[in-house]
Amino acid sequence: MTSRRTFWMQGRSEIGVALFLLALGILVLFDAVQVRAGLGARGPVGPKTVPIIVGALLIVTALLLTQDVLRGGHGEPESGEDVDLSVASDWRAMLLLAAAFLANIALIERAGWPISGAVLFFGCAYALGSRHYLRDAIIALAMSIGTWYLFAVGLGIGIPVGILKGIL
Amino acid sequence: MGAVTDLLQGFNTALTPANLLYAFLGVLLGTAIGVLPGIGPAMTIALLLPITYGIDDPTAAFIMFAGIYYGGMYGGSTTSILLNTPGESASVITAIEGNQMAKRGRAAQALATAAIGSFIAGTIGTLLVALVAPAVVRIAVQLGAPDMFAIMVLAFVAVTSVLGSSRVRGFASLLLGLTIGLIGIDQVTGQQRLTYGIPQLADGIDLVVVAVGLFAVGEALWVAAHLRRSAAQVISTGRARLDREDWSRSWKPWLRGTALGFPFGAIPAGGAELPTFLSYVVEKRFAKRPEEFGKGAIEGVAGPEATNNASAAGGLVPLLTLGLPTTATAAVMLAAFQQYSIQPGPLLLDNEPELVWGLLASLLIGNAMLLVLNLPLATMWAKLLLIPRPYLYAGILFFASLGAYAVNASTFDLIVLLVIGVLGFVMRRYGLPVMPAIIGVILGPRAEVQMRRALQISDGDLHGLVNTTLSVSVYVIVLLLVLWPLVRRFVVRRPADVSA
Repeated sequence: MTSRRTFWMQGRSEIGVALFLLALGILVLFDAVQVRAGLGARGPVGPKTVPIIVGALLIVTALLLTQDVLRGGHGEPESGEDVDLSVASDWRAMLLLAAAFLANIALIERAGWPISGAVLFFGCAYALGSRHYLRDAIIALAMSIGTWYLFAVGLGIGIPVGILKGIL
Repeated sequence: MGAVTDLLQGFNTALTPANLLYAFLGVLLGTAIGVLPGIGPAMTIALLLPITYGIDDPTAAFIMFAGIYYGGMYGGSTTSILLNTPGESASVITAIEGNQMAKRGRAAQALATAAIGSFIAGTIGTLLVALVAPAVVRIAVQLGAPDMFAIMVLAFVAVTSVLGSSRVRGFASLLLGLTIGLIGIDQVTGQQRLTYGIPQLADGIDLVVVAVGLFAVGEALWVAAHLRRSAAQVISTGRARLDREDWSRSWKPWLRGTALGFPFGAIPAGGAELPTFLSYVVEKRFAKRPEEFGKGAIEGVAGPEATNNASAAGGLVPLLTLGLPTTATAAVMLAAFQQYSIQPGPLLLDNEPELVWGLLASLLIGNAMLLVLNLPLATMWAKLLLIPRPYLYAGILFFASLGAYAVNASTFDLIVLLVIGVLGFVMRRYGLPVMPAIIGVILGPRAEVQMRRALQISDGDLHGLVNTTLSVSVYVIVLLLVLWPLVRRFVVRRPADVSA
């Protein structure tokens, strides 16, 4: 993974962004055409106009971006305190994070936030390279149970307690 | 004189024990979260939004936000001084000089000049907001639909052309935001757009979910993909303090920074990035020892930090009087207002005087609390920088999920959050700035309503968009911004050739 190689990849894969904008533009235009003005329509400008403008501009931007990329322009990846741009994207970490995120979505209403939130935190910490399993698990549970008490009991915001109902 | 009595009335609201506690909590939480690496002020507010859902009284909630707002900004400057790489574009300049000072063993002085400068700029800036806002409102109430639409177009163009290096990428980001804003029921005719029969999309995507997704989830995913494996170098610091020479070198930059930052914050010019840079240049020119710049000159921290805070205060003027956010942080604040069904705009000051003046008074109080809190606590905040990175980013995703779920108690929002988070990741990867997108989401639907209203009045004649002096002058500015690269090519070429 030399930096020249990542640079080359960056330059070419950016065409994908342009393709995404193009597809989105077509999608927005297609949807706009199907919108009916409806009975409640008032004034000369209906609900179609703005989507048509936005869709058309998306397509124009896609073309301009393609031209820019082909001429050698490229977007500067965002830097930051903890970002090391010299290494390639860590796809394994990304997929694990997404898995932890989806696990929370699947579990939050079935098992409740005290469990799903702990799974989310533990999974994310694992994905990011933490290997202190016991410590991670204790922190994860403390966070999810603590926030449940803070939100559901303290602030009266509906966060599901799930299967731990009666225990907490 | 009216503003003074109103502001005193605001202190009446803010000085109740409960509201003082909210302000204190806001300052404490804002600084603690803002100081964490990788968390800028916009993300701080987005992550802390859910905590205020439980507060029924909007005034109390916004008093807390006032503390979070300035606390988050102060926390950000601590990070840039002690860790070097800044969390947001407005702190870039602080990072340059501040970190150099810290490396030369003057971290305490850098933190102190940042804290006191922020206090002075924030206080003067907030007082200016109190003085200016009623006057702006008197003009704003007379603005018609064509004027409002023109101003919003200016905001769109300014945010894409002034910020960042690539205009086409800024524009792409804006359009992504506008597209997200289109989702849901059309406000005028009740027709569904881009909902694909999904009932949860009919009300549109909640602004909080968009903000948390773009700022928190997108950022966490992006950092996770490139996490620095070696520990970052944190410079240790003592109690923040200034000696006599530091004071005499700092006070003029503080005041100049305030004067520079406030007007820039009040216009949609892309936030504090430009004025902080200008302040740096100005201070370098005025400095007795310009050769120290780049090696840790205190003026280079004092000026830009004051500018940054004054600009944040200035940003409150368009936010409160026109409902127009000029920075990402202000955009998230606007999302917070809408959470309480409060629409910032010309009528806000009349409809919610207690809230507005209480908010401004709390900003002043919070600012004073920050100073008292942060000079002695600098050492403690510095310890937060050592938090293990897996916990930091796991925590961001944890609180982002919790907050997005709490908005509507719906797992569908969590799916949307992930999708927008992935979008935020892709945008960071390919250098699309995030801010135009969030401005597009927030202002897009409102710009559409204004445009349709203007054209309804003119019965479809496009002339209806440009039939006022103000709208025409605003479009002239828009045109200048759009054509600026061409203009610059003619004006700037010669000196550039000489130096090359």
